[in-house]
Amino acid sequence: MAEIFVLAEHRQGQLRDITFEMLTKARELAEKANAEPAAVILGKNVKDYAKNLADYAKKVLLVEDEKLENFNSEAYQKVLSHLIKDYKPLLTIIGHTSYGVELAPRLAAALNIPLATDCIDLAFEGEAFTITRQMYSGKVNVKAALRKSESYMVTVRQAAFQAQKPPTPLNGQIVEVPSPLTEEIVTKRFLEYVLPPPGGVDITAAEVLVGIGRGIKDQSNIPMVEELAKTLGGVLACSRPIVDKGWLPSDRQVGTSGKTVKPKLYIALGISGAFQHVLGMKNSDLIIAVNKDPKAPIFSFSDYGVVEDLFKVVPVLKNKISDLKAQKGIA
Amino acid sequence: MDIIVCVKHVPETAEAELKIDATGKGIEKAGLVFDINEWDDYALEEAVRMKEKFGGTVTAITVGPEDSESTLRKCLARGADKAIRLTDPKFASSDAYATAKILHSVIKNLHFDLILTGAQAGDDGSAVVGPVLAELLGIPHATMVKKIEFTNGKAIVNRELEGGLEERLEVKLPALFTVQTGINEPRYVSIMGIRKAMQKEVKVMGLADIGLSENDVGEAGSWLRIEKLYVPPVEKQTEFLKGSPDEIATKIVEILKSRGLI
Ligand SMILES: Cc1cc2nc3c(=O)[nH]c(=O)nc-3n(C[C@H](O)[C@H](O)[C@H](O)COP(=O)(O)OP(=O)(O)OC[C@H]3O[C@@H](n4cnc5c(N)ncnc54)[C@H](O)[C@@H]3O)c2cc1C
Repeated sequence: MAEIFVLAEHRQGQLRDITFEMLTKARELAEKANAEPAAVILGKNVKDYAKNLADYAKKVLLVEDEKLENFNSEAYQKVLSHLIKDYKPLLTIIGHTSYGVELAPRLAAALNIPLATDCIDLAFEGEAFTITRQMYSGKVNVKAALRKSESYMVTVRQAAFQAQKPPTPLNGQIVEVPSPLTEEIVTKRFLEYVLPPPGGVDITAAEVLVGIGRGIKDQSNIPMVEELAKTLGGVLACSRPIVDKGWLPSDRQVGTSGKTVKPKLYIALGISGAFQHVLGMKNSDLIIAVNKDPKAPIFSFSDYGVVEDLFKVVPVLKNKISDLKAQKGIA
Repeated sequence: MDIIVCVKHVPETAEAELKIDATGKGIEKAGLVFDINEWDDYALEEAVRMKEKFGGTVTAITVGPEDSESTLRKCLARGADKAIRLTDPKFASSDAYATAKILHSVIKNLHFDLILTGAQAGDDGSAVVGPVLAELLGIPHATMVKKIEFTNGKAIVNRELEGGLEERLEVKLPALFTVQTGINEPRYVSIMGIRKAMQKEVKVMGLADIGLSENDVGEAGSWLRIEKLYVPPVEKQTEFLKGSPDEIATKIVEILKSRGLI
């Protein structure tokens, strides 16, 4: 029976969540396509992970090698090429993460296997394999078919699929595959991890966050929103472009490459709602978004939406809250 | 150091109203403002800074119809020395894979020490062209790069991982890096730069000039074939607050009060 490969992703001693999201989707697809889900795990001393993965897959392919201690796309490409040529999986699923983006396109090109990246849905439909992905920062969805092939490859978006344990563990067979890596990889070498600089403000601990995006237009407008945040007893957070421009320090960034937050209140001001941002804040208890574009994707993740110029709403809102607090004598 | 920068001319869609076109497979482009892809803007800036430091040349290259010339002009105005535009009616419907093949067919004949691209294009967000191009050229690559340094003929780069974490890699040159936003602060175009750019030539090449066949490009040469575009379903039904800014603010205050947030 053909396999659906899922490349297990791990870093610094931990299997990453996306691994289980991919395995859940692989199980569902395998049932329809008469295939079986197989986890592929590469690393050094990762037998424990393989045991864990065996609960979720019918087969676990385990390749251990000193040279696989830290992720290196060149080493991974060599090993995966070997496995894919050997097993001819129907589909290989990889995370659309910093690792997947480094690995998948090049691997697919080398093997001449059609690839679709950043998918949010996958389906075998008769003879065709189709995927759903987004364009224009989430404003449009696209359904596309991959070129007919015996083997396909996809990268999938984080949190696109919900991880679920199988009703009973699948008790997958662990297959130890000897490492095909014969020599050191010299063209690209991992040196070290670089941790983010220690931050002054911990936005993950705040109960109220006022998040600002590119709609804030200029650094000189930041004090105005800072005022609003203070009045609410909260702190300022932001989308990535605000950090890229150097207007706020990186410890204020919400999203996949920043922090994941879950405050009681998140007010999004001039943020479009790209998934990289949304993944960092969508589980907040209450989300209010202000954006002048009624079609901004942020509105499909908000409890309340305001289609208006933030510069008209923010000062009035700030004053009303201050007045209220003054009345209550807590200003 | 000779550096090639691959750039894409993309519509600015953050604030624009998008309409799906009559074919159902694209968006209506009329009325949209196009500019250099945000990530490519950082890649170009990085290249120009390296040239200023080490000497050499910067060549900007794009696959696109005539209107994408303005993005190449912008690159020239910002410090690129040469520009190449690859265009052919047969290139239509090329996906990222076919685009990488088109770029490869020309770049393989150029001298370079380094190739930079954006980490992704803001329109399709594929993040595929750079690494596929590196594979076709047989050179090492690194994606989502936030810092590039050179020692002993090698590059030391910081790659962005998740949650603020980065990794440092040593990569042999020549190499291809895809650049992440925030790596630098792209400069504004000077009037002098624009004037100088007007005098520079943009080389235009088509299918017949690049040695590929019809089957390598367009839909035939692509991995992906778009079936349809549609508006994404909403995950959460937003309640829109309407009225004047004052009325809206009053409503927000009521909501916050009822939730015990003020
Ligand atoms: C690998 C990778 C990782 C990333 N990680 C992150 C991350 O961790 N966090 C993150 O945020 N992004 C991240 N991004 C970037 C992300 O894709 C988006 O580019 C970014 O989130 C957009 O920020 P924005 O919403 O502030 O800007 P834009 O998308 O430009 O949106 C600005 C919004 O402001 C609105 N607006 C403008 N003026 C006004 C006004 N006067 N009043 C009201 N509204 C107004 C507009 O309608 C628009 O919707 C990442 C990207 C990549 C490729």
